[in-house]
Amino acid sequence: MPAPLKDATAIVGIGQTPFAKRLPESEKTLACRAVLAALEDAGIAPEEVDGLASYTMEETDEVELAKAIGLGDLTFFSKVGYGGGGSCATVAHLAAAIATGQASVGVAWRSRKRGSGPRPWKNTTVQLPTPAQWTRPFGLLRPADEIAMLTRRYMHEYGATRDHLFNVALACRNRANQNPAAMMYERPLTRDMYMTSRWISEPLCLFDNCLETDGALACVIVSAERALDCRSKPVYVHSTAQGLPAQHHGMVNYWNDDPLTGPAWTTARQLWKQADFGPEDVDVAQIYDAFTALIPLSLEGYGFCARGEGGAFTEGGALEIGGRLPINTGGGGLSEAYVHGFNLINEGVRQLRGTSTAQVPDAATCLVTAGEGVPTSALLLRS
Amino acid sequence: MLTPVVDEDGAPFWRYAAQGELRIQSCADCGELRFPPRPCCPHCRSFDSEWRRTSGRGRIWSYVVPHPPLLPAYAEQAPYNAIVVELVEAPRVRLVGNLVSGPDAPLNSVDPRRIRVGARVQAVFGEVAGVIVPRWVLERP
Repeated sequence: MPAPLKDATAIVGIGQTPFAKRLPESEKTLACRAVLAALEDAGIAPEEVDGLASYTMEETDEVELAKAIGLGDLTFFSKVGYGGGGSCATVAHLAAAIATGQASVGVAWRSRKRGSGPRPWKNTTVQLPTPAQWTRPFGLLRPADEIAMLTRRYMHEYGATRDHLFNVALACRNRANQNPAAMMYERPLTRDMYMTSRWISEPLCLFDNCLETDGALACVIVSAERALDCRSKPVYVHSTAQGLPAQHHGMVNYWNDDPLTGPAWTTARQLWKQADFGPEDVDVAQIYDAFTALIPLSLEGYGFCARGEGGAFTEGGALEIGGRLPINTGGGGLSEAYVHGFNLINEGVRQLRGTSTAQVPDAATCLVTAGEGVPTSALLLRS
Repeated sequence: MLTPVVDEDGAPFWRYAAQGELRIQSCADCGELRFPPRPCCPHCRSFDSEWRRTSGRGRIWSYVVPHPPLLPAYAEQAPYNAIVVELVEAPRVRLVGNLVSGPDAPLNSVDPRRIRVGARVQAVFGEVAGVIVPRWVLERP
């Protein structure tokens, strides 16, 4: 099938602020700093930016960002819904806009003070895609509770264990221990720490949950032609996809035939259909990890193993450097920073530039995914 | 405690619950059950629906045991359980609820170690913060 977006655009700049539990500056200021850093990395002047994309949950809007850092006239701006499910789609929307001539220099970004700011689940007036009347009164309050419910069922159906979830947490922590920018850089994790940590929502413990982070990130997308003139080595957007499966219910996906076949499956079909390579050719993956259990579910959805084998896939160091599929090489949301998955995009770019702090030798292809368990998105990047 | 923020689609469910009946929306034309309730049948696109009474029998499909940090009213009862029940008459209709020792018992009235996926449960109706909601007891306690 024709794939007009294949390698038509490239990420040519990445930028980010420090990550911490608390940063003194505002989300708006952090957004400005991350975007300017990404443009500096690309060697592109802010005046040249004419496209923007972010998340619907982003609180710095285009108007504020554009006037603060002196962007040019904007001709494309879009926002993607469903929290962390939108991360990769921000790049995808810009790639489509640039490939179809609606913009020439696009910037995607996310700035969030989730570390020092309020926990969103404490605001009980916000209604989710599936109305909260069916879940919240019964004490299913937080994303951790909602995903723990699917996790228990997954463990029950397929025999996945807490050791499998630990394998995920450990791989992310080991990579963070190599990454000075990661919040958990100097904090090693042991199996004993994991197994004796406090519960958040059984069967998920503290280390199954992502960090709470203040920080911002951005990346710059231009046409493949323009990319050759930029300061940094281009990383091509090979394939992109979004996915909202039929009869999907969001994070409380309990009401269809097969709740464990989530949006990753739909996204993956579209992603691979447009690609020149398949899962077996992926050198490194950045898989959305708000919770450890999303990794086995995503490994199955994106085709790295068969249904029900995601837990077993993590055995024998498969997710570590040198393993079958190194993941989240900057530490991911579990151990680098949780900024709605945008750090996974920037780390994917670093891997294909060859500049990661946990470099996979000769990495040429990288899968980046957005939040599984909500309407999601993914990118295949190549060098 | 949070009470259901009832919307137009869900209102009949809570009205029937207040009468002690567990009813699920079904299509008035093709007869398919659907949950959560919505304005149109996803199978035949009919806008006509009715509310079918169920036996209230089900099985635990999955469960969690939340621990703090939680909203204060829930933190006081933590660790408690939240369960998903699949109905015997319609296994794809799964209801989130709590396994309790009796209709008006607290959220933490059943020892979490006694909860099993697959266990048979029965709906009972109890008052939580002034609202009647379906709750679940073990068929064989």
